[in-house]
Amino acid sequence: MNLVIIKYNAGNIQSVLYALNRVGIDAVVTDNKDTIAAADKVIFPGVGEASTAMNYLKERQLDTFIKELKQPVLGICLGMQLMCSYSEENNTNCLGIFDEKVKKFTNNIPALGSSLNEDVLELRLKVPQMGWNNIYNLKSPLFKGIKEDSYSYFVHSYYASLGEDTIATTNYILPYSSALHKDNFYGVQFHPEKSAATGEAILKNFIEL
Amino acid sequence: MGSNSTTINRGLTKRIIPCLDIKDGRTVKGTNFVALRDAGDPIELATLYAKEGADELVFLDITATHEKRKTLSELVNRISQHINIPFTVGGGISSVEDVSALLANGADKISINSAAYKNPALINQLAKEFGSQCIVLAIDTKKEADGEWYVYLNGGRVKTDTRCIDWAVSAVNNGAGEILLTSMNNDGTKQGFALDINKTLSSLLSVPVIASGGGGSLEHFKDVFNIAEADAALAASIFHFNEIEIKDLKRYLHANNISVRL
Repeated sequence: MNLVIIKYNAGNIQSVLYALNRVGIDAVVTDNKDTIAAADKVIFPGVGEASTAMNYLKERQLDTFIKELKQPVLGICLGMQLMCSYSEENNTNCLGIFDEKVKKFTNNIPALGSSLNEDVLELRLKVPQMGWNNIYNLKSPLFKGIKEDSYSYFVHSYYASLGEDTIATTNYILPYSSALHKDNFYGVQFHPEKSAATGEAILKNFIEL
Repeated sequence: MGSNSTTINRGLTKRIIPCLDIKDGRTVKGTNFVALRDAGDPIELATLYAKEGADELVFLDITATHEKRKTLSELVNRISQHINIPFTVGGGISSVEDVSALLANGADKISINSAAYKNPALINQLAKEFGSQCIVLAIDTKKEADGEWYVYLNGGRVKTDTRCIDWAVSAVNNGAGEILLTSMNNDGTKQGFALDINKTLSSLLSVPVIASGGGGSLEHFKDVFNIAEADAALAASIFHFNEIEIKDLKRYLHANNISVRL
C-alpha cells in the first residue's frame, strides 16, 4: 500500500501521519505530482483558511491536478471543504469535485417575526463547533463496521450543506454533510486522526477501499 | 446498555478533560492506578484516560529549566504518536516559535496564560498564524471580598486589577478560540466548580469555556454543565487517584440527560 499525503500550506499533517502509523501504514508526505499520481491512495488534509489554501494550490497547478486523480482520495476537514464547489469563507471558488457548497455556521438569533428555517435545530450554539458529535445516515464502504451515531471529533466554523454526495450527516445548528463521496473522491469534515477508535476504523476502511 | 433503546440526543457533546502536570517529561502528581506499570509516564496515563473515554487531554508543563523547550517538543511528539484523541499543551508558552514547534510535533491546541496577559498582541499573532481553533487562553481567577473575579498570573502568585470577565472578552476579541477557566477559590477543594463565573463566561462568550477547579463528585460535573452551562470540565487529581472513573462519570452524566460521548 502506497499512501501519499498531499503537502501544502494548510495541514496538521503530523497527526494524520501518526494515525496512519497506528493502523499500520507508513505514508509519504509530498507535493511532487509524479509521486502523488503513482500512489494507491491519497489523503488531502487541511486546517486553515479556504482562499489562502486555494491560491496556494492554484499557483502550483495542484487544483486541476487533484481533480484529475483516479485513485481513492480522502479530503479531511478543510481538505473536504476545498473539494466542494464554493466556500463562503472569503468568497472562494473551490475544486468543484462535490456539488455541495460550504457555508458559515450562523448562530445569530433571527429578528422577531422573521421566518425560521425548519431545519434549524438550535441557534444559540457556539461557532466554531469544537468537540465530539454524532455521524449518522452512514452510506458508504468508508463507514463499514461503523455504527450509526458514532462520535467523531470536529473543529470547524464552515460546513458543507446536505446534497447528493452526502454519505454522513451531523447536526449542529442544522443538519449538514459530515462526509461526502463522488466517484473516487471522499471527504470527511471531522478529524479521523483524532476520533479515537472510530476514526482509526474509518482510516482503515479508506485504506481498504 | 440494556434492551431498552438508549435515546441519543444528536449534537455536540460536553467534554471531560483530564489534566496531566508534566515536569522534565514525566507526570508529577501521584497516581493510584493499578493498571499502570509506571505512574510517571505521561503516555501510559494518557493512553489509559483515552481508553476510559476522556474526550481530550491537557498537558501542563511545569518544567523550569533551559532544556524545557526540547523535552516538551519530544514529549508532544511521543504523545501524538500514541494518543488518538485531541490534546492541548500549556505551560510557559510565550512566543510564535514555541507554538510552531508544539503544533509541528502534533499538538492540537496550545494554551497560553501569563504571557498573553503581559503581551496581549500575542493572542492575535498566534490566532493569525495558526487559527483561533488552536489557541486556548487559560485564566486563573479568584473571587475577592468585593465579590468580583480578578485575573491572577504566574500560577496564581500575582494578583492583577483586571476583572476576569474583561480579560476574557478582550482575549476572545483578539482571537482566543477557547477559555480554560480555573477558579483558585475552588481549585483543590473538591467542593464543586465555581458555577457563577463559569456561567457568566459561558453565556457571554462566543467560544467554548472549559471549567476547571473544584470538581470532586459526580454531581459537581452535572452542575457545571447544567447550571453553569460549561462546554467542558477539566480535573486532575480525582482522575489520577481514581476517585472518579471517567467511564462512571460519563455514564452518570448520560443518565442525567447530559449529552456525552459514550
